[in-house]
Amino acid sequence: MTIVGWLQIFFVLAAVVACAIPISSYIANVLDRKRTFLTPVLAPVERGFYKLAGVDPAREQGWVAYTMAMLAFSVVGFLTLYAVQRLQNVFPLNPQGFDPVAPDLAFNTSISFITNTNWQNYGGETTMSHLVQMLGLTVHNFVSAATGLAMAWALVRAFARSEATTIGNFWVDLTRSVLYLLLPISVIGALVLVFCGVPQTLLGSIDATTLEGAKQTISLGPVASQEFIKEMGTNGGGFFNANSTHPFENPNIWSNIVEIWAILVIPVASVLAFGRSIGDQRQGRAILVTMGILLLVGVLVVYWSEAAGNPILTALGVDPAQGNLEGKELRFGNALTALFATGTTGTSTGAVNAMHDSFMPLAGMIPMFNMLAGCIWPGGVGAGLYGFLVVAIIAVFVAGLMVGRTPEYLGKKIETREMKLAMLAVLIYPLVVLGFSAASVLLQGTLDPDGNWLTNAGPHGLSEIIYAFASQNANNGSAFGGLSGNNLWFNTTGGLAMFFGRFAYVIPVLALAGSLAAKKKVPASVGTFPTHGALFVGLLIGVIIILYLLQYFPALALGPVVEHFLMLGGKTF
Amino acid sequence: MASKVAAPAFFDSSIMRRAILDAFVKLNPQTLMRNPVIFVTEVVSVVVAAFFVRDLIAHNGNALFSGQIAAWLWFTVLFANFAEAVAEGRGKAQADSLRRMRSDTRAKRLKDARSGASAFDSINALDLRVGDLVLVEAGDVIPSDGDVIEGIASVNESAITGESAPVIRESGGDRCAVTGGTTVLSDWIKVRITAAPGSTFLDRMIALVEGAERQRTPNELALSILLSGLTIIFLIVCVTLWAFASYSGAALSVTVLIALLVCLIPTTIGGLLSAIGIAGMNRLIRFNVVATSGRAVEAAGDVDTLLLDKTGTITFGNRMATEFVPTSGVPERVLAEAVLMASLADETPEGRSIIALAKSKYALSEPDISKDNAQVFPFSAQTRISGVDVGGRSLRKGAVDAILALVGLTQAEAPADFRQAVDRIARTGGTPLAVAEGQRLLGVIHLKDIVKPDIKERFAALRAMGIKTVMVTGDNPVTAAAIASEAGVDDFLAQATPEDKLAYIRKEQQGGRLIAMCGDGTNDAPALAQADVGVAMQTGTQAAREAGNMVDLDSDPTKLIEIVEIGKQLLMTRGSLTTFSIANDVAKYFAIIPALFISAYPELQSLNVMRLASSNSAILSAVIFNALIIIALIPLALRGVAYRPVGAAALLRRNLLIYGLGGIIVPFVGIKIIDVIVSILHLA
Repeated sequence: MTIVGWLQIFFVLAAVVACAIPISSYIANVLDRKRTFLTPVLAPVERGFYKLAGVDPAREQGWVAYTMAMLAFSVVGFLTLYAVQRLQNVFPLNPQGFDPVAPDLAFNTSISFITNTNWQNYGGETTMSHLVQMLGLTVHNFVSAATGLAMAWALVRAFARSEATTIGNFWVDLTRSVLYLLLPISVIGALVLVFCGVPQTLLGSIDATTLEGAKQTISLGPVASQEFIKEMGTNGGGFFNANSTHPFENPNIWSNIVEIWAILVIPVASVLAFGRSIGDQRQGRAILVTMGILLLVGVLVVYWSEAAGNPILTALGVDPAQGNLEGKELRFGNALTALFATGTTGTSTGAVNAMHDSFMPLAGMIPMFNMLAGCIWPGGVGAGLYGFLVVAIIAVFVAGLMVGRTPEYLGKKIETREMKLAMLAVLIYPLVVLGFSAASVLLQGTLDPDGNWLTNAGPHGLSEIIYAFASQNANNGSAFGGLSGNNLWFNTTGGLAMFFGRFAYVIPVLALAGSLAAKKKVPASVGTFPTHGALFVGLLIGVIIILYLLQYFPALALGPVVEHFLMLGGKTF
Repeated sequence: MASKVAAPAFFDSSIMRRAILDAFVKLNPQTLMRNPVIFVTEVVSVVVAAFFVRDLIAHNGNALFSGQIAAWLWFTVLFANFAEAVAEGRGKAQADSLRRMRSDTRAKRLKDARSGASAFDSINALDLRVGDLVLVEAGDVIPSDGDVIEGIASVNESAITGESAPVIRESGGDRCAVTGGTTVLSDWIKVRITAAPGSTFLDRMIALVEGAERQRTPNELALSILLSGLTIIFLIVCVTLWAFASYSGAALSVTVLIALLVCLIPTTIGGLLSAIGIAGMNRLIRFNVVATSGRAVEAAGDVDTLLLDKTGTITFGNRMATEFVPTSGVPERVLAEAVLMASLADETPEGRSIIALAKSKYALSEPDISKDNAQVFPFSAQTRISGVDVGGRSLRKGAVDAILALVGLTQAEAPADFRQAVDRIARTGGTPLAVAEGQRLLGVIHLKDIVKPDIKERFAALRAMGIKTVMVTGDNPVTAAAIASEAGVDDFLAQATPEDKLAYIRKEQQGGRLIAMCGDGTNDAPALAQADVGVAMQTGTQAAREAGNMVDLDSDPTKLIEIVEIGKQLLMTRGSLTTFSIANDVAKYFAIIPALFISAYPELQSLNVMRLASSNSAILSAVIFNALIIIALIPLALRGVAYRPVGAAALLRRNLLIYGLGGIIVPFVGIKIIDVIVSILHLA
């Protein structure tokens, strides 16, 4: 670890927080339907959309109607995306003349994009036409992020309101999130990336003759526009298979910084916006500090572990000063790779600028743990906020009892129904991740007799499987490279993992929103324990660590932890 | 105050014997189903027991280990049952004596409702129906709850309240309610029965102390859901671990996976949860408060606002004389002598306090006026004056305007220093009484509401707990404000009518606050019913007792404060033991995970930070610790976590430190000690 490395990390994080503050008030205004500086320009467009869709923006929905609208929108999104992939050969904008995408891969990819996961069992430049990339994938990069934000604000409103029967209008939240927030920033961001050297063209590919005289086909396309929303919408599905390690997606340190900034800025801003929307900014700040500490500890472990280098190579006489460079881009360095890896899994982005698979075992455990916990520090657009609030509710329940009152969070009493819904949501993760992982290792012999699934044996192979399901369940989308996921088993189970990770989680959350909104807001007193101080931050960290450690300790022990101890003994996989 | 029901000793042998028996009776899966965590433990204990039998028959060398695991798993279930049984047992002894009282009683049921008719059938008290009329004479036990419709009697209610001084019960008014099981000491009354058999106050009390009709309270239910959720999570963890282990080349036996499961699921709090609830109710009963539901006790912990009657709660019931202010030209001692004489025949508490002040401050002795042919004028509401004519002197005291009229002065004509004294007394919340001899104005007596000595500190403690206190009084706003500031309450309701009280409660509840109040009169009933915690006084009317959700047998309104503390303590005990239980899991992982993979991954021994002797002894020690910790925490569950009125943040910090951090550290130490013992005894 170097001082320059840490300075880079703090410079990027400071830029994120500095920009997130003004953006947070903008987000709060957009979702609370207040006037913004773009209102004069965009309000007519917004009204046009409502008229076209037959939506009455003044009519709010209860949680059931809100959930139904969200589900309907996602189902339609799934079906159209599936159709576009299966029919890409008959549609225009297919300069490379790709065949239809295989059914199980199209299924997996469609769920992947409607759930904001962007798991890549496909190689973009060798599978998807430009039409699929632009009309299919890029569109969902926007709307799946906007859907996340909409669902988060349904919950935020539940805390802000007292004895309310409605939690907002899904169509309005969706439209405003895309129109006012994601689109304008993406336009600017894409141009910045173009300025950094990222291509933006409708050409399919160009043929180049290398210095040695060899012919090389270089894939091109509308990369910059998709790249920026890929990061900012915490999507992660790269234009190229190599994702943000590819020199056209992420050419240099400046584009790298822009991309890390884009990954973190909306999640951070929406946590602060949550504080504004409920009328107590301290609450948002406390949660952000908690998330920040968890993120930084992750960065520290990854950076420390990677910078120390591989002890086996060091023993062979390799200078450890460069750290572990396997699977890394030299142009990004260890510090910003550590921040990228932690940020992309602390949010549900899943873009990668290095191969997580090649990290040291303990460093690789951090992205894995981030995702096992559901990607909630600071979390995906919207998804991180509601995911974190559910955990906060559980933490507050136990802590509230300890001060001798029926637990309450932000003035809302946490009672039987809330506990039921929160636990229902939290149960999904271990069920999906551990369930599918266990099924995979048990069925491996039957389904994969030739041993094609895993390129690595032992604990590393187990890590690859658990990582894959953790990633898809948390709607992250990053992968531990050694797993071959493009087959019927992983396409199907992965698709289900993404589906449950998103919808089986969020439906209880929206029900929770309905239940909380209906409650009276209790004024705080000295007897209520304050949820904005250092004590609360400490409590949250403790509860999160213990809660998730207890769930995943055995799995982690048999994966990265034992791999670490084996490596110290000179054994690798 | 009545003597409190003493807390039985923790290891009272008769309770223990019964509890041990009950612990086995409670193994019945149908009843155990109510407690999901312990139910799961029982189910897997059956499985391990079956494996033990298999190991015995197969002679595969595992029987010693699986037998011990099976035994300790069964102990875990039994210890949890035992905790509940002990908590119940402590109430049962009390219930038994109450039940004897109920079954032996005979009732004299009147054949005719007409007044004066006295022919009756002698029937068993249990056969009485609502609306029956019974005659209760001196020495009889009142057969059931009812209202006195005729007669007046002194009643000994010590069977219910523990208070031996008899109380008067008479028809009409606020003292007409009688309780079954109490005894008429003198005279006779006719009672109309108001409670159906099985639902009398006595029946409710028996059910409550026994915990028989105990329903799980909302918060207990919410906590159960958390615990069930954790149980499901750990089931998933253990089942999938079997798959991951076989991938890793380690074949795990069902016995060790079950051992891990039982160690991880929150058996500690799961086993103690119902004991905590029962103990909370019993604590209340020891304070001579009977709650009609556990929900009310929980609500007490949440109370934001306390509505307290001024009289009897904040001040002593009666005003007392604190000073004599003479008008100019009258020596203070002359005034004191005059008021002493004027009050000699005054039997009211105010009168007695005047005599007491005259004697103590002016060292006067009480003259004997009986032989002086004194003529006493008692206080009447019309004249608002009382006094005595003795030895040619005519001494009067009374309301200021009445005395002024008597001596023929208007307000303006009264001497300036007299007027000033009257103003000053009224302004500070006191009551001025004017004193005159004949036509001569002597001075003013300052009668004051005396605020109870340590009440201000108690209110400060409540404020630290985040609870607002509101004084309710019939006094005028000036008087009320003065007393409010002296007592240190946060707010007051002056010249309050029952409707005002009700409106105030509604307004506070509208703002999302929970209100507690106490009351005794029939006109308090609507407010008692509206309040979230309504404590009715045992001396109160039937209507008030029906409306409230608690009855205070001592009729001591200051008890609201203890009730709130008991409610908080109940929730805190649950929260603290939950935290402790979950924090324990960290150490158990460090004990069991390296043990499970000792052959597949010897490298994982680095995680064996406790350096446990062998893998079998590590697993066994964790299971033993898990069972013993339930027994070790029973006294804490029954006693409750100590409550300090220090504000939520400080309380949380303290409990997190003790039960959170402590919960992480204690099992490391405990498991290590047990491991040493296990390996010394060669048990594994």
